Amino acid sequence: MKSRLKLALGLTSAITASTAVSNVAHAEDLTLCWAAWDPANALVELSKDFTKETGIGMKFEFVPWTNYADRFLNELNSHGKLCDLIIGDSQWIGGAAENGHYVKLNDFFDKEKISMDDFVPATVVGYSEWPKNTPNYWALPAMGDVVGWTYRKDWFSKPELQKEFKEKYGWDLGPPTTFDQLKQVAEFFQKREIDGKTVYGASIYTERGSEGITMGAMDVLYSHGFQYENPKKPYEMEGFVNSDKSVKGLEFYKALYDCCTPPGASNSYMGEGVDAFKSGQVAMHMNFAFTWPGLQKDENVGGDKIGYFVNPKGPDGEQFAQLGGQGISVVSYSDKQEAALKYIKWFANKDVQAKWWSLGGYSCLNAVVKDPAFPASQPYAQTFLDSMAIVKDFWAEPSYAPLLQASQKRFHDYVVAGQGSAKDALDGLVKDWTQVFQDDGKM
Amino acid sequence: MLNRTAENVARATPEPLARKVRGISDKGLAWLFISPTILLLLAINIFPLFWAIYLSFTNYRANRPNEVVKNLGFANYQRILGDKDIWLAMQTTAHFVFWTILLQTLIGFTLAWLIDRKFRGHAFWTTLILVPMMLSPAVVGNFWRFLYEPQIGLFAYAISFVTRIPPTDIQMLSNVSLAPWSIIIVDTWMWTPYVMLICLAGLRSIPEYIYEAAEVDRASNWRQFWSITLPMALPFIMLAVLFRGIENFKMFDMVNLLTGGGPGSTTEVASITLKRQAFESWRTGYSSAFAIILFVAVFGLANIYVKALNKVKQR
Repeated sequence: MKSRLKLALGLTSAITASTAVSNVAHAEDLTLCWAAWDPANALVELSKDFTKETGIGMKFEFVPWTNYADRFLNELNSHGKLCDLIIGDSQWIGGAAENGHYVKLNDFFDKEKISMDDFVPATVVGYSEWPKNTPNYWALPAMGDVVGWTYRKDWFSKPELQKEFKEKYGWDLGPPTTFDQLKQVAEFFQKREIDGKTVYGASIYTERGSEGITMGAMDVLYSHGFQYENPKKPYEMEGFVNSDKSVKGLEFYKALYDCCTPPGASNSYMGEGVDAFKSGQVAMHMNFAFTWPGLQKDENVGGDKIGYFVNPKGPDGEQFAQLGGQGISVVSYSDKQEAALKYIKWFANKDVQAKWWSLGGYSCLNAVVKDPAFPASQPYAQTFLDSMAIVKDFWAEPSYAPLLQASQKRFHDYVVAGQGSAKDALDGLVKDWTQVFQDDGKM
Repeated sequence: MLNRTAENVARATPEPLARKVRGISDKGLAWLFISPTILLLLAINIFPLFWAIYLSFTNYRANRPNEVVKNLGFANYQRILGDKDIWLAMQTTAHFVFWTILLQTLIGFTLAWLIDRKFRGHAFWTTLILVPMMLSPAVVGNFWRFLYEPQIGLFAYAISFVTRIPPTDIQMLSNVSLAPWSIIIVDTWMWTPYVMLICLAGLRSIPEYIYEAAEVDRASNWRQFWSITLPMALPFIMLAVLFRGIENFKMFDMVNLLTGGGPGSTTEVASITLKRQAFESWRTGYSSAFAIILFVAVFGLANIYVKALNKVKQR
């Protein structure tokens, strides 16, 4: 009996001790929340160095893009403690700052001598600042991203196609620099037989559910002269959102959708675009730059077969591109803010940022992207740099979600379903956005 | 044996507890047994309902927990009832409910009538017909999306084979006119077996002697169908229509998986609009008001329908 009691006590102590030890070992483990995509895998790899240096373990919570906003905004709104660090979308910054979800980083940056001047200015405004263009920082720019284009270099360089194109359009077949040229190239390839297969002009964003069609249409609208508001009078949208130039831009996007996309591409976003390009369906492909490292490595369409170009110019020579990407923030409901800040300090380091780029992440640190060796470091590096220099972003207001839903509906109704005119769509958008800002008490 | 067990349990019950139980009336005991269920129902059904009613009169937004919640009176309800997009979603829902019920009832009843003939192998065919109903809507939505795919989908090729229209021109999910029908087809394919089962139960419940009497009276098959089969199976058909009507009024999964409400807002049924308002635009108060309106509409229509069903049964 005694020996049994001893055994039981011994087992209990051993279990208690092992649990305690494991608790100690994981007490400082940080959980980082982000989207499930290629750069997240690169970050897992990169973060191993952080664990090696500090002994702080890293756990990751990655959610597919389709559920990313729903999942993590729910988490933040319910003051959940799941995420210690979060790489949140650029449009969340206003809401996250105003609702107290993120820790303000100004004091921390001052203390650790992290200067926002060391980062690409557009990423600081886009990912870190709220209110915009004020020195109030809620995130460290983490993953630069922008919408650009890839094209099939191997198809573009076929002599017979070059000859035919030149005869038809009067200029050399190559990456387009204006939207008119882009449409001509897309029309040229639409339903063309190449290597025994029917191919199509371009894959563009048309997705309805989350943010797809807005990101795509805006990419075109900006360069046509679209503005969110009167630069001199905030929230005054009449004549800016629905200006004649904006109407032309939206008409162009619809024309591009109607003439030159693959059949059934009425709900395409990042994944569908990559699939269309990888399967050799399209000559050109609109997508965020994060997809480029994966495409570059692809056996069928990567390597020498792929080329990259910046979002083209509009009719008046204006040239902008839709900003993507995110900053990394400390969640204010986390019990491990000290350790989370340590991670941010480590992540801001130049060597870490250089390794981040080499692993497939897009660094926003000037020291990395302005390095003379950077443009040649990857075939897409120069296009990325040029694109980041012309970015514009969607509203980052706390009400970005209803603002986005309104544009998703208006754009999809017009571009894909063909209901009404571009003018109707943009007039309706002004009405919807005005209602949102009135509800917010901003108008 | 049972008595002995009961005696043993009674003997094993501690005396103070036994005394207490003895003092409880039958009604009290009944309440004691059902109270956990009632409490659970109150917690997960009734309380959220009243909470949603309260929220529907406010400007509450779940993503702005720090914002002051204002009482708006009936403003949310007024806005919903005057919103063109909401009415469009309701029309889309009505269109979807009407056509799915019509097709499922016609095909379901016809199949039930055929199966009821008890031909050779009818058990095998019954099982085969029931298969779609046993699949998960998520699976059905995903594989039909592939079937509808204009470049690789079997559906487009089958239609193309018959009509000679190129498969890439058969864009079921992208075409404004075809997209609503693509959902109706899938829903009909999946749920007709359910209607068939209920109708089959109705047909099998008709006593054989009625048909024998009709035969004696030299009633034709057609006459037997109109005077015996249909009237006697009608309560069952109406029950199937009620179940499918309620289900399809709140249809979400299939539409979300197949079209996401698109192209544009062509297939945006009320439940999709509600989800967008509640969990994408985060208008919690507004969407609560919309949910209450939908609830009242379904509840009211179902009540009217049940009364009609009872009248048919009494005939």
